Amino acid sequence: MESNGLHQADFDLFIKQVQKYVLEQLVPCEKEVFELNRVPEHIIIEMKEMGMFGVTTPEKYGGSGMNISQYIQFIEEISWAAPAFRAILSINTGMMTTAILKCGTEEQRVEWLPRLAAGEIACFGLTEPDSGSDAAALATRAVADGDEYVINGSKRYITNAPLADVALIMARTSSTNLAKHGHISAFLVPMSTSGVTVGKPDRKMGQAGAQIADIILDDVRVPRSALLGGVEGRGFMAAMQSIDSGRFSVAAISTGYAKRILASGLRYSMERKAFGETISNFQLIQAMLADSNAEIYAAECMLRDGTAKADRGQRVTTEAACAKMFASEMCGRVADRVVQIHGGAGYLAEYDAERFYRDVRVFRIYEGTTQIMQLLIAKAYASRVLRPVLTRDSYIQSRRITKPDRKWQVFK
Amino acid sequence: MKVLVAVKRVIDYNVKARVKADQTGVDLSNVKMAMNPFCEIAVEEAVRLKERGVATEVVVVSIGPKAAQEQIRTALALGADKGVHVETDVEVEALAVAKLLKAVVEKEQPGLIILGKQSIDTDNNQTGQMLAALCGYGQATFASEVTVSGDKVEVTREVDGGLRTVALKLPAIVTTDLRLNEPRYASLPNIMKAKKKPLETVSPADLGVDVTPRLKTLKVVEPAKRSAGIKVASVEELVSKLKNEAKVI
Repeated sequence: MESNGLHQADFDLFIKQVQKYVLEQLVPCEKEVFELNRVPEHIIIEMKEMGMFGVTTPEKYGGSGMNISQYIQFIEEISWAAPAFRAILSINTGMMTTAILKCGTEEQRVEWLPRLAAGEIACFGLTEPDSGSDAAALATRAVADGDEYVINGSKRYITNAPLADVALIMARTSSTNLAKHGHISAFLVPMSTSGVTVGKPDRKMGQAGAQIADIILDDVRVPRSALLGGVEGRGFMAAMQSIDSGRFSVAAISTGYAKRILASGLRYSMERKAFGETISNFQLIQAMLADSNAEIYAAECMLRDGTAKADRGQRVTTEAACAKMFASEMCGRVADRVVQIHGGAGYLAEYDAERFYRDVRVFRIYEGTTQIMQLLIAKAYASRVLRPVLTRDSYIQSRRITKPDRKWQVFK
Repeated sequence: MKVLVAVKRVIDYNVKARVKADQTGVDLSNVKMAMNPFCEIAVEEAVRLKERGVATEVVVVSIGPKAAQEQIRTALALGADKGVHVETDVEVEALAVAKLLKAVVEKEQPGLIILGKQSIDTDNNQTGQMLAALCGYGQATFASEVTVSGDKVEVTREVDGGLRTVALKLPAIVTTDLRLNEPRYASLPNIMKAKKKPLETVSPADLGVDVTPRLKTLKVVEPAKRSAGIKVASVEELVSKLKNEAKVI
């Protein structure tokens, strides 16, 4: 299904407002964000008022209905500022809205989507102390008890947990592991529910102001209507719905932030003098600026192509993984070069370069590590390339000679 | 009371302006354009008057090429009720703008007209004053505070020696200074709603105004590059350099 998204003229106008807002309000506020280690309340209120939490929510549920291309451009623009600002809205606009839209009942959509679009902050509770991408090991349990479910367990590294109004909690509704992760269900749990506690925000390498913490669920009672989709076993599916757009989103923040980082490197190189001239005159510095600029452009092209395909209704798992892997690694290289351009100053906390270097490290980790992306891309590549040669004749022949099914196992 | 606000499409203040190679003007091809910042303040003030129940309707007018509708739509998203676009591709001079605005004033009959004190592209600082003269209305330029009460408006003006407060009989013309207010940002829901607000397009001929330029631009050049200064270690060194190198004392 093709998605035209938000009216293009409206989108263009909004993007200009976002660019203005980023330069005039968010960037000047960064120091305060780092000192407080959170985004100040007045900024959160402004972001809500500007409709930023509802950009992907369909119009009929109180949002603006951006398609993936538009959403990703929006993320790229807002990522000129520190990552904490994107973090605060990304769960709403990404995982949460998609999960409810695709897997929720109509009652759940009507109840939650307008609230999330208006800025009730969401968090997504999948990861646990002993279970990350490995869903079979999920330990949090939900047990039916009359008209309610009783949930017990704990969740780890949950973005926005200290600020959140509502969480989507993945919990096991079957003690044995079922096919297609059918043992996992999702529950809409208001954070004010009795038995929900949030741990102290974790201390991180970078991205000051973006808060993550544990959520502990101790005999948390929710009504049956909190079960996403009204049916048990939809939790993993809900978590997987937004995985491609989530990866595009990380690629977008990597690209947007890389532009900011490179601009700071350029500015420094034009001010800093060595041997009687600005270091931007030196060709080895220019090489670093040029390589970075070209790589940013490459990441932008991947984003435009991948998201356009997604909006045309094509499957984009490989494109999203490629964009996520390339853009996050690229951003790491750009941040590294910009530290290098700064020389000794790049190692000092006084300059932004040092912070950029720490902030971008996690892009290569969250939403699937580079290594997970590599496995995924290689496997998809193999299936794409090997499949066409498997005509009936060549299949029979290849079974005898090259045994492609054994090759397959390498990637499984 | 109806409030009329004039807005202008100008080069974005974050863009580094470049002069065309033939020195006929500033190169505007593929350059980001935006609403003149002083006009944003004017729109904000009008919208606040409406929110306080002082104004009943805010009409926004812009003169310029088709693309200027973007600035009108921005103003509508910020809270104006109706747009008027005087469409022309001619580079309209301040007096012609004032005449066009006067024609719009006659049609719309606003109780208050708010303009930016100047546009950041040509920096003329003339239109508001000319419009006041053409309409025969009182004017309060460089406003930092605007209070409407009854059929009067009290305006605090930023003048060289400090602040000067004047009272004008309505209808009146007010031009905004930087400290009048801090404009809001247009929200996405309001941008979407703004599409449904009326936007009327007229031509200078419809308004009976001849916009043919009366001034001729001879050439436009970039400001001369300043060479970097130096730091001196002491007053003695400064004096000696002023005496011997700059030869000014």
